[in-house]
Amino acid sequence: MFRSLLFVPGNNPSMLQNADIFMSDAIIFDLEDSVNLDEKDNARNLVETYLLTTKELPKAVVLRINPVNSDLVDDDLKLLQTRKIDYLLLPKANKISLFVLDKILKKIENKIELKPTKVICLIEETKSVIDIYELAKHERVEALMLGAEDLTSELEINRTTEGKELLYSRSRIIYAAISNKLIPIDTPFTDIDNQDGLIQDCKNALNLGMKAKTAIHPSQLETINEIFSPSQKAIKWAEAVLKKAKELNKGAFQFEGKMIDRPVLEKAKKIIEKAKLFELM
Amino acid sequence: MWQAGSKESNDCLITLKKSDKTKIKIDSIVGHLFHNQILNAVKDTLKSDNINNVEVLVEDKGALDYTIRARLKVAIKRMMKDV
Repeated sequence: MFRSLLFVPGNNPSMLQNADIFMSDAIIFDLEDSVNLDEKDNARNLVETYLLTTKELPKAVVLRINPVNSDLVDDDLKLLQTRKIDYLLLPKANKISLFVLDKILKKIENKIELKPTKVICLIEETKSVIDIYELAKHERVEALMLGAEDLTSELEINRTTEGKELLYSRSRIIYAAISNKLIPIDTPFTDIDNQDGLIQDCKNALNLGMKAKTAIHPSQLETINEIFSPSQKAIKWAEAVLKKAKELNKGAFQFEGKMIDRPVLEKAKKIIEKAKLFELM
Repeated sequence: MWQAGSKESNDCLITLKKSDKTKIKIDSIVGHLFHNQILNAVKDTLKSDNINNVEVLVEDKGALDYTIRARLKVAIKRMMKDV
């Protein structure tokens, strides 16, 4: 479970050496878009050496590899030998790229006796938005992440703070993820200095059903964590509801003038589960 | 000549040249404190990759140990590719 995932360019030592102190639930070490073609070997080696020699690693380590149809991916996947990578982020995820990655991973996992590597699909093509339910059913997939920059580029539309242009893609990702018990992760907000815009963008995504958001700068993490965490008010309500439910032992009852039944109790349980996981209580 | 890394903060630029014997030159903003650690990182990496007869220049802007090792390894790989 995540609230925030921070992209760190794989070839940036300053960001790497602070990766464990950022307030992010996961760090995405990027070998793809943020790294120039002639620096791929530098980035790969830096991340590998960092993973092998650093004692305090981030809570979760995600590696964004290069596209599976590139000649870079085989070297990227050698980093699995560090046994420190929790998830692979698959760029331009679609039925074919996921199929190809699965085949490659099976070979590697057999060869080095590695447990199955979980995959986060980066949904950044229109065809992936259409095929999202098939991607979501794949056994390796743990989360679906929206990549709005490539998607809006393909659609030849502009991104807005209001985010109406992302309503369809966000909703498809959320429904596909939730119905398959995966985590829907929202696209980063790229206007780093616009704090009000970030708040609005986070709330838009949260209200649709996104459970986490990616960040492209550490300054975005506090806002993202706050908005994607249950509030103290919600935690207190959930605790009180669950306590009352235990006392009454009834299928349905009234609490503070409102009816509480199974779906509401499930919601309260999820709030408490998240609050415990994110150390909010 | 082969290079890896950069002169950005917390990074280092490694320059590797062929030589008649191994020479290591360190130019570091924290050299007064960490010269020996940087030297050891370079020697260890050369030894583990079995590299001799090279001239190594480390232009260090405060890189951590693993960054120096990673940059040198890439410079070595780039050299091996060409040789």
